Amino acid sequence: MNYHWNWRIFWEPAPNGTGTYLDMLLSGLLLTVETAICAWILALVVGSIVGVLRTLPSKTASWAGFAYVEFFRNMPLLVQLFIWFFVLPELLPQAWGLWLKQIPNAPFYTAAIGIGLFMSARVAEQLRAGIGSLPRGQKLAATALGLTTAQTYAYVLLPMAFRIIMPPLTSEFLNTIKNTSVAITIGLIELTGEARAMQEFSFQVFEAFTGATALYLLINIVVVIAMRFLERALAVPGYITGK
Amino acid sequence: MFANFDFDVIRRSLGYLFFDGMTFTLTLTGLGALGGLIFGTLIALMRLSGFRLLGRVAGLYVDLMRSLPLVLVIFWFYFLVPFIGQWLTGSSRPMHVGAFTSSLVTFIMFEAAYFSEIMRAGIQSISKGQPAAAQALGLSYSQTMRYVVLPQAFRNMLPVLLTQTIVLFQDTSLVYVLSIPDFLGAASKVAQRDGRLVEMYLFAALVYFVISCAASFGVRRLQARIAFVH
Repeated sequence: MNYHWNWRIFWEPAPNGTGTYLDMLLSGLLLTVETAICAWILALVVGSIVGVLRTLPSKTASWAGFAYVEFFRNMPLLVQLFIWFFVLPELLPQAWGLWLKQIPNAPFYTAAIGIGLFMSARVAEQLRAGIGSLPRGQKLAATALGLTTAQTYAYVLLPMAFRIIMPPLTSEFLNTIKNTSVAITIGLIELTGEARAMQEFSFQVFEAFTGATALYLLINIVVVIAMRFLERALAVPGYITGK
Repeated sequence: MFANFDFDVIRRSLGYLFFDGMTFTLTLTGLGALGGLIFGTLIALMRLSGFRLLGRVAGLYVDLMRSLPLVLVIFWFYFLVPFIGQWLTGSSRPMHVGAFTSSLVTFIMFEAAYFSEIMRAGIQSISKGQPAAAQALGLSYSQTMRYVVLPQAFRNMLPVLLTQTIVLFQDTSLVYVLSIPDFLGAASKVAQRDGRLVEMYLFAALVYFVISCAASFGVRRLQARIAFVH
């Protein structure tokens, strides 16, 4: 193989004047994490609402939840990001569109909102499955005790359902982190983007991508360990998820 | 809002979009799913083989692929495949690899990790008595797998495999990062040439939506039928 390896490249100064190549990758990592956390908060909030809607007795509510999930699940994330980024400003009244195009950091906000909504459909599906897996008696008992629907969800169903779906939610959070790399197409220079930039500046393709790979593995490990602790801390003794 | 919506740009580019773009997307999806299934089944068999080392290697591969974003994997293989080709053919220079081959290799290798997890669950869903009975009948390991275990595992997992293929169909749009004219790439080229981003991207979204919706509806019906047979 006539590829010229140079692992010391990470400590050499990058031409964009922000420090070494390693600093470049680390700033990308930071942006990846920031985007993923913003997107995840949105996904959790919206996803929980939609997930609850899908399990309500009202036909209209569950149909609205179903339509929402199908809408966001059946289009590639890349296409959704393009629509938020390129199409939305054109469809709004001119003044709003202009304002939207001039927001600083537009790729960051677009990515956080676009990925957040995309993931919210998945969170909703997980939550629906979680609520569905609870024994029917819980809801009946809550009703028999005189709790309203809102109270039943807040005090009985959701606390257990969220605990049950912790493992799939962990992998959805990991998916959110991975999906931030799609935002490279709307100009967000996150970890994959920085690795690509490093490769273009230095021609050290495989070192750059190995660096990014190692950092992605690191985030994965940190998230998995953190979630395991959280799961253990929140477990209810006597249930499947408890000890 | 849609006052100056230009439907004609869509009509004019339909041929290019579907004959070039969609053909590329569907070929990549089909071959990617097929290759991913074959390699995925091999990986699943490695993991369940009982040879510690083999299982460990396969497990590491699956974990590695599943913790990386597809965009990064696309870049990896785009630069790696020429060197793999050089190594395989023993030539003196990195092989020239076309856009289609490079993305096909990427998707086969990436999807193999996901398909292997599905097939592993499928193989484990077959009751232990079946391979035991096959062995009692004198079938070898490969005969047991080929005639007894794998056909049933595949059948049980068909809905999940198809759902994963729909995900793959949507994910092929990411070859956009290599400026390859798949369906989205073609739509984007026309959009930028004619300055018609709104029309082209909305149309692309609609096409993906209709195809994915129809496919997942089909999978749901299939699932209901399989559940009925059991």
